[in-house]
Amino acid sequence: MLDVHSHRQEIQKMTDVDLIDLKMSARNVQVHYGDTHAIKDVDIDIEAKCVTAFIGPSGCGKSTFLRCLNRMNDTIDICRVTGDILLDDENIYDKRVDPVQLRAKVGMVFQKPNPFPKSIYDNIAYGPRIHGLARNKAELDDIVEKSLRRGAIWNEVKDRLHAPGTGLSGGQQQRLCIARAIATQPEVLLMDEPCSALDPIATAQVEELIDELRQEYSVVIVTHSMQQAARVSQKTAFFHLGNLVEFGETSKIFTNPEDPRTESYITGRIG
Amino acid sequence: MTDASLHTPEPRKKSSLMTVNARTKSRNASETRFRMYGIAAVAAGVFFLVVLLTAILSNGVGAFQQTFITVEVFLDPAKLDKKGGREIENIKKVSTFGYTPLVQQALFDAVEANGIETPLTKRKDMKALISASAAAQVRDYVIANPEQIGETVSFRVLASSRVDGYFKDRVTRTSVARDKNIKPVHLDLVDGLQAAGVIKKQFNIDFIVGADASESRAEQAGMGVSILGSLFMMLVVLGLSLPIGVATSIYLEEFAPQNRWTDVIEVNISNLAAVPSIVFGILGLAVFIQFAHLPQSAPLVGGLVLTLMTLPTIIISTRASLKSVPPSIRDAALGIGASKMQAVFHHVLPLAMPGILTGTIIGVAQALGETAPLLLIGMVGYIATNYPDGIGAGFLDPNSAMPAQIYEWAKRADPAYYERAWGGIIILLVFLLTMNIIAIILRRRFERRW
Ligand SMILES: Nc1ncnc2c1ncn2[C@@H]1O[C@H](COP(=O)(O)OP(=O)(O)OP(=O)(O)O)[C@@H](O)[C@H]1O
Ligand SMILES: [Mg+2]
Repeated sequence: MLDVHSHRQEIQKMTDVDLIDLKMSARNVQVHYGDTHAIKDVDIDIEAKCVTAFIGPSGCGKSTFLRCLNRMNDTIDICRVTGDILLDDENIYDKRVDPVQLRAKVGMVFQKPNPFPKSIYDNIAYGPRIHGLARNKAELDDIVEKSLRRGAIWNEVKDRLHAPGTGLSGGQQQRLCIARAIATQPEVLLMDEPCSALDPIATAQVEELIDELRQEYSVVIVTHSMQQAARVSQKTAFFHLGNLVEFGETSKIFTNPEDPRTESYITGRIG
Repeated sequence: MTDASLHTPEPRKKSSLMTVNARTKSRNASETRFRMYGIAAVAAGVFFLVVLLTAILSNGVGAFQQTFITVEVFLDPAKLDKKGGREIENIKKVSTFGYTPLVQQALFDAVEANGIETPLTKRKDMKALISASAAAQVRDYVIANPEQIGETVSFRVLASSRVDGYFKDRVTRTSVARDKNIKPVHLDLVDGLQAAGVIKKQFNIDFIVGADASESRAEQAGMGVSILGSLFMMLVVLGLSLPIGVATSIYLEEFAPQNRWTDVIEVNISNLAAVPSIVFGILGLAVFIQFAHLPQSAPLVGGLVLTLMTLPTIIISTRASLKSVPPSIRDAALGIGASKMQAVFHHVLPLAMPGILTGTIIGVAQALGETAPLLLIGMVGYIATNYPDGIGAGFLDPNSAMPAQIYEWAKRADPAYYERAWGGIIILLVFLLTMNIIAIILRRRFERRW
């Protein structure tokens, strides 16, 4: 534990910011897919109660890095991750850490809506059930309703909770998936291009939702839309060819980027 | 920029949509040709299917009907219970030979009573008409009801297979000319008895539920016991290959690391599916009978051998259906903190279920129709004359199986057995059809859960 604390202090010194509430921090993270070096030496800090956006051209490793944060990369045989990623000062790549337990704390919403082919109710109730978050049916009903309300989809589905989740529209499905992710009460929510399949109205709803989630969670969102990153995030990280090129306040990245590569990307010259 | 204009292709010639150009014409022609091939192929398939079904039905339906003689047998106490007193021990001492004359006499009396003209004057002349099983049938009745001795009881006994053949046009007056068992005069008598209603062709339930009979009693043989043998084998096959196959597939597909060992196992499983079934038969002989000393000809051993044969089929189809479940479902489950096992059992397996069930039922159906491996473990040629008594005996007592029984009948010399072989095939097909229908119903059931 000692060296973890000293590590953290070191981080604080390095980032030269005091009194920030760090939720996750990554140091020297390298990811290899077989021989492909997909993430090269990335250091980043994810603050609590803050939305962090990952932007960058296609194939630069945004999804890969995001998946490191809840160890979803463990499911890919050829993927090798090195370096340290801390969640509340604990290294999530420690041998003692069970990724299953980690993923209950660090939830994930995928690019393509992927509801279970079960009822809307069961989609939401599944996580709380396996984690034992509800003691009885009434509590479970309560969790389901709250999650659906927070997912901004309650009004649309409250009359058909037992209809299949796969029968919803794409945007509704994505909000269902978000509701499903928050039903397990994670501390960090990872979202990989959650709006890429949505129309502008559903996108606006999801963005509103993200803004609301910020009250309690850390949210990390991968997006291809500069406008979206500018609208919803407080921090933005720009990835390019597996490197973290620039990371800082969103307003600063978009108005006054330091790196020329960042500038050309946000002005539309690379990517 | 000026360079580029040099390479601009010639502008396309204006053409009307109303005339079909040569390219489109040849494209359409080739499509039409392809459709013709397709239709021809389907037609050929349907034609062969129709030929097959008509052949099976026309040859086999006869087996479900049998010629019966109704006779009033006087259960003569002087012959059946010489000592009197109706003691069961004494009654059992009289063998079927003691009953044969009674049955023959009864038919002889019936001939006289109906006033049928015949040159046959002796009771023994009736032998050619009556199945050898009749005496045993009467004896069984008497042993079960000793108090009936001294009465006249009506029996419906089997006609001999020659008479049955005469009813089914298998035996004719010309064909019996050289036959030692029956003479044209007998056939004349049969005509008379038929007119009098003593001899009739009727539905024969014993063909479906009865046991096999000896070579000379084709009229008595039935599929029942071998159906039971097949059933017990299928229980073994299902009980072993479904859990083993599904567990293997889940492990290989969802948990095993991708390395050289799993590759080797994979290749081996695919190859096993193509191994001729007789190889499994000799393996079963060596391992289960010679090494493990399990009883010969037992459905248990047959089931084990067929399990070996069915496993690859089940594993391959189960893996295919596990693979077809979209990975996004696994990600979804893992992403909210389900363990791998929970993801598989709560989400992947239910979605793969229809495929698994179909594969299993196809595998089991294949096993049901398999004969070759049974040759080697002694389940072919065995004449099962009795039902096994009890479940344990059902697994361990020597028995046959449906396809083995059919093969056995087809081999026998008496043409009466030829018809029974076809009839047996109808029963086998009915079983296979039933299994397929069950597969379809189960699939529908599971698919409705989206
Ligand atoms: N499962 C995998 N196996 C092998 N290589 C992979 C795998 N997933 C990603 N990669 C490689 O890693 C690199 C980064 O991919 P990643 O999916 O993280 O990009 P991305 O930034 O999310 O792109 P996009 O914006 O298109 O989603 C790419 O070069 C890709 O080819
Ligand atoms: Mg991506």
